[in-house]
Amino acid sequence: MTLLSVEDLHTHFISRDLDNQIRTARALNGVSFSLDAGRILGLVGETGAGKSLTATSIMGLLRPPARVVGGRALFEGRDLLAMPEAEINALRGRDMALVVQSPKSSLDPLSRIGDQLIRIHRAHRKASERQARERAVQMLASLGIPDPSRRMQAWPHELSGGMAQRVLIALALMNEPRLLIADEPTTGLDVTVQAQILDLLRDLVRRTGIGAIIITHDLGVVAHYCDEMAVMYAGTIVESGPVRQVFAHPAHPYTANLIGATPERLKLGGARTVGGPPPNLFRLPEGCAYRDRCPQAGADCATSPPDVALGAGHIARCHRVAA
Amino acid sequence: MTPVLEVEGLEKRFPAQGGRTVHAVNGVSFTINAGETLGVVGESGSGKSTIGRAVIRLLKPDGGQVRFQGRDITRLPESACRPLRSEMQMVFQDPWSALNPRIRIGDLIAEPLLLHTKLPRGERQDRAEHLARRVRLTTELLTRYPSELSGGQLQRVCIARAIATNPKLIVLDEPTSSLDLSVRAGILELLAELKAETGAAMMFISHDLGTVKLISDRIMVLYLGGVVEYAPAAQVFAEPAHPYSQALMSAHLPADPMAVLRRHVLEGEVPSPINLPPGCHFASRCPVAVPDCRRHAPELRPVHGDTAHQAACLRIAEGANRIPELQHG
Repeated sequence: MTLLSVEDLHTHFISRDLDNQIRTARALNGVSFSLDAGRILGLVGETGAGKSLTATSIMGLLRPPARVVGGRALFEGRDLLAMPEAEINALRGRDMALVVQSPKSSLDPLSRIGDQLIRIHRAHRKASERQARERAVQMLASLGIPDPSRRMQAWPHELSGGMAQRVLIALALMNEPRLLIADEPTTGLDVTVQAQILDLLRDLVRRTGIGAIIITHDLGVVAHYCDEMAVMYAGTIVESGPVRQVFAHPAHPYTANLIGATPERLKLGGARTVGGPPPNLFRLPEGCAYRDRCPQAGADCATSPPDVALGAGHIARCHRVAA
Repeated sequence: MTPVLEVEGLEKRFPAQGGRTVHAVNGVSFTINAGETLGVVGESGSGKSTIGRAVIRLLKPDGGQVRFQGRDITRLPESACRPLRSEMQMVFQDPWSALNPRIRIGDLIAEPLLLHTKLPRGERQDRAEHLARRVRLTTELLTRYPSELSGGQLQRVCIARAIATNPKLIVLDEPTSSLDLSVRAGILELLAELKAETGAAMMFISHDLGTVKLISDRIMVLYLGGVVEYAPAAQVFAEPAHPYSQALMSAHLPADPMAVLRRHVLEGEVPSPINLPPGCHFASRCPVAVPDCRRHAPELRPVHGDTAHQAACLRIAEGANRIPELQHG
């Protein structure tokens, strides 16, 4: 069952420069993907590709000068982008939750862990202080936090990075959301802790049937914890499909380059990897944004590339891909 | 031939609040030969960066010995360390903060030549251009300022600075951790080329196991400031002997969905380096620890008689060092 369906999402940063000219950074240029309940989607890409912006656009968390200028995001059939503020506020934190990057700066430094958990629960559900507290203790325990009743009293600064990340996940799960978006949930954590957090997320999805999106730049995380993947470049999804399929047969030249740059595939002393800064969002080229870096680019790449369906849900947005 | 770097029983302590002491590095020994890359892995707080800084004398060791090209530099006064730095260089994790934002790229690359050589200005500039091309930067960037360059380009500037004086040893502390995947690949390719060409000894410090595996000849695994395993790179990944190495390697996620993971899970948290437990520092989390482990600190010993592969675990000799695997579906 489709839980979330994002269709042709466009987000721009519109501002005035020093000469009072309007400048538009086209940060998201037609992002489309869908997520089924009980599945984990990995949203991958390099810095500036628009991964986090996709999440904040969907969740209605954009701040000016960023603005959604087109597209739909259907959550259980209802368009999140067309919803009045009050309505999406009620959904966010209850039916859908975002685990943001950098756990230590995302917790309220002036509240104890337990109070934050209780607060988010009572903001969305009718529950007594005692019920909320019981639920919070259970939640901490289910996330593998030892001695949860004592931890309820802890202040955020007393937590290690891995512990803070678990608390953040606990906050997101307090109200049993049906959609969870985790933005770089393990970046900056040690590998042994990373594995514990990701195991937890996967078990949760398998057990409760919620849908989850993991935003990451780490292809190892995608390879082992996600069912589907979507690769972003310059604000579009250039390729998406089942993880094994995309790794085995990357169709878009950017995806092939990205997978080829992983330490597992990289051959030192062999052909040089094509890498570089992301394109300037103020001056995106017409047609395919990757064509400046693409070894296979031709004249037709100056026109918008089509989404080519390759079967079994595998799609690539490229002129060079044959169906 | 004398190794470029020989470290024996290195110790480094830092003062902590309340007159206590953080034991950051506790008796670490290793050598690096010319043309060799030693990978140093371990999680936060394992002492990776402290060791890197101590061997090039950015920090003063509290114990043990550091010999550079056969010469004991452990207690050299600061003034005597300066000229040495033309032969031992360091590349840091964050190129944005490693470069003075108000100096042009060309002058940044030429700076080590100004400090360590008597080359006239014109020759320094020529050499800076040559170095820029060497690290694959276009020479038009030489007149720019750091804020105009991308992270990958800035890290190339840092590498150009590090190789400017033809050093014998380069310590790289997480040089690719802040870079995107495709940019990182370019830097790794460059480092491999430089190693082959210059024959410099490299110490590559990183928490990214995939990268370390790719670039290193040998790998040293650290836990709480001590070496738990020291072996050729492929061997550490294929047959880690120390229980901690087994858990660490098993948590590594190769970017290949078909790779089979053999997962082990570690319980508990890393003990505080202020109150180090006696005996093996890993015993408090080790699934195969016996009471003896908490009494006797194990020394690095050859694994099954193989002197190239060493590990510090009492239980290897009796063949009881394998930790159980986690089944997951």
